[in-house]
Amino acid sequence: MERITARNLTNEELFYGHKACGGCGESLAVRLAMKILGERTFASLPAGCMSAVSFIYPNMAFRTNAIITPFASTGAVAAGVAAGLQALGIKDTYSVGFAGDGGTADIGLQALSGAIDRGDQIIYFCNDNEAYMNTGIQKSGLTPFGTKTTTSPAGANLPGSTTMKKNMFEIVAAHDIAYAATASVGYLEDYMMKVEKAKSVKGTSYIHVLAPCPTGWGTTSEITISLAKEAVDCGLWYLAEYEDGEFKLNKNPKEFTPVENYVKKQGRFKHLKDAEIKQLEAARDKKWEKMRRNWVK
Amino acid sequence: MARRFVSGNDAVAEGVRLARPHVISAYPITPQTIVVERLSEFVEDGSLQSIYMHVESEHSALAAAMGVSSVGARAFTATSSQGLLYMAENLPYASGARMPIVMMNANRALATPWNIYGDQMDSMFMLNSGWIQVYVEDAQEALDMMIQAYKIAEDPKVLTPFMVNLDGFVLTHTYEVVDIPTQEEVDAFLPPINLSENIMSMEAPKSLCITAGNNYNMEFKIKQNEEMIESISVIEQVDAAFEKQFGRGYNGLLETVDCEDADVILVTTGSITGTARMVQKTLRAEGKKVGLLKLRYLRPFPTKALTEALKNAKVVGVVDKNISFGYEGTIFTNVNSALMQEGASQKVDNFICGLGGRDVTKENIHEMYEKMLVHLETSADVNDANVASKPQDRIHYMNVRCAL
Repeated sequence: MERITARNLTNEELFYGHKACGGCGESLAVRLAMKILGERTFASLPAGCMSAVSFIYPNMAFRTNAIITPFASTGAVAAGVAAGLQALGIKDTYSVGFAGDGGTADIGLQALSGAIDRGDQIIYFCNDNEAYMNTGIQKSGLTPFGTKTTTSPAGANLPGSTTMKKNMFEIVAAHDIAYAATASVGYLEDYMMKVEKAKSVKGTSYIHVLAPCPTGWGTTSEITISLAKEAVDCGLWYLAEYEDGEFKLNKNPKEFTPVENYVKKQGRFKHLKDAEIKQLEAARDKKWEKMRRNWVK
Repeated sequence: MARRFVSGNDAVAEGVRLARPHVISAYPITPQTIVVERLSEFVEDGSLQSIYMHVESEHSALAAAMGVSSVGARAFTATSSQGLLYMAENLPYASGARMPIVMMNANRALATPWNIYGDQMDSMFMLNSGWIQVYVEDAQEALDMMIQAYKIAEDPKVLTPFMVNLDGFVLTHTYEVVDIPTQEEVDAFLPPINLSENIMSMEAPKSLCITAGNNYNMEFKIKQNEEMIESISVIEQVDAAFEKQFGRGYNGLLETVDCEDADVILVTTGSITGTARMVQKTLRAEGKKVGLLKLRYLRPFPTKALTEALKNAKVVGVVDKNISFGYEGTIFTNVNSALMQEGASQKVDNFICGLGGRDVTKENIHEMYEKMLVHLETSADVNDANVASKPQDRIHYMNVRCAL
């Protein structure tokens, strides 16, 4: 597979003119995915930032076919699109879902599970900005421990969100999915390579991409990419794949950058005390110990 | 054509097979289950060339059908009761996007108390969902309506999803002899789906199910309403064309029996009509001027045809297998509104019956007619306070064990 880089990436835009915030990581993930998938793509997007900013009558941001789905239904609608295209004999197309973290790990989990179980020919993207940003920054199942959101306030009694991120990647892999990967908009070549790979997978693919949200994370818009990179470098996120029934860690840093540096850049974590940062590190270490033991050949 | 002894559910499955949907998204629920079982068998034995999707819920059943329809393919799904309510948010979604999906609904009670038997509480919930709703009387009509449904829904002037309602158990599980047309006959009547507007295609890529704010939203809804009302003429044309080709039709949106000179008319939907036909016939033979009106479609609502058919009656009775709690039967509300719009002055009774599968017997229907005939004698002046002193007096619960 030829590496996709800034050099050989197409200049053609299939997703532009939307109304996303400056520095939006999610819209970058969608834009690049669309460049790689091409114009024979049918995109299904549930309620969320990406549907809210790109289908406002009469201004449509997708140059390809695209549809807003009910919130819970990304997997089901994308599967229906794929089935309809197959039945009509319309070939060489991609039926793709672009859902957020809440749309994937919470309300859309059942429909996603159904699609993977059937082995439907779809590529499902979880664009993870770690909260319900479209409704104004509420906690989702993928909001990390210690995150201040508008429904998980940080105060004298609570550190913000009290639960760790739901383990979507392994939940998806446990279905014995054809292909699953994690990615970050901080490592775009890795992400684009995974999108390229999903194109030729027979069955369901799932790509979970971490995408910072300046509005929800309390950061300036120019650090989106570096922050997404740092999330991986400090070990709170990871780059991995699940293929042919095997897990593979794509990036295994010898040493992590300090979690403290990562969280202190973000308004959503400003309140964190040292003990809480230690809790994040402990969870990270436990996870990495397991990944290094099982996912590194 | 073949004549076979089949259940209502089997008849639906046969009708769906003949309509050749591209994709069936299926989830089981009593008493609809036999439909999706039969369809899976047809796909297995090759007599139906459809993609069969085992979805994980009713919510996804309709969502998947929406995906299928969004690219211009023909979709079918079926549900009942809690399943219909579980997929509820997708109903206005599909109708707003003008997707001609056809869905069979086995009318069944809603929890709680839990009950798997028939009433109309489920589909009444969905009257405002933007779907065409037809209620069929027997297995033959069920089969025929699966074929008519696609023809009506896919008409470029209509483009509206279509719900075919069968009474749970009383119709879904009752066996009757049914004429099953040949594939050639049905193909001649129902051409392959051909949607060029409102779909995602490689020739003309589109964004569907878009956002329209307060500056545009209302116009979309008004257009949807106007076109649903206008679908009345398409429904009538399709039924007439069906009758011409297959030798049996259903008289459009409603059917009347001896209504022209009737003093009292009972309005029914679904399988109760069959029982009511016998009672009406007996009473006529006794010289009583009674009529029967089978209301087939609740959406679009046949206001004109209904009020025209009821215009000579002095007392009208409306049978409801549902209650809108805190008010009355829903069909009663709709019939009253239609009569009011036409300035009619009949006394209207509401007969609420059959909830949770409670029997509605010939005796019960006889009793309905008797009540109406009594009101006929006392209804010289409908505004007389003695006739209907309280609104509740117009509601009659039939065949109940509690004292009222």
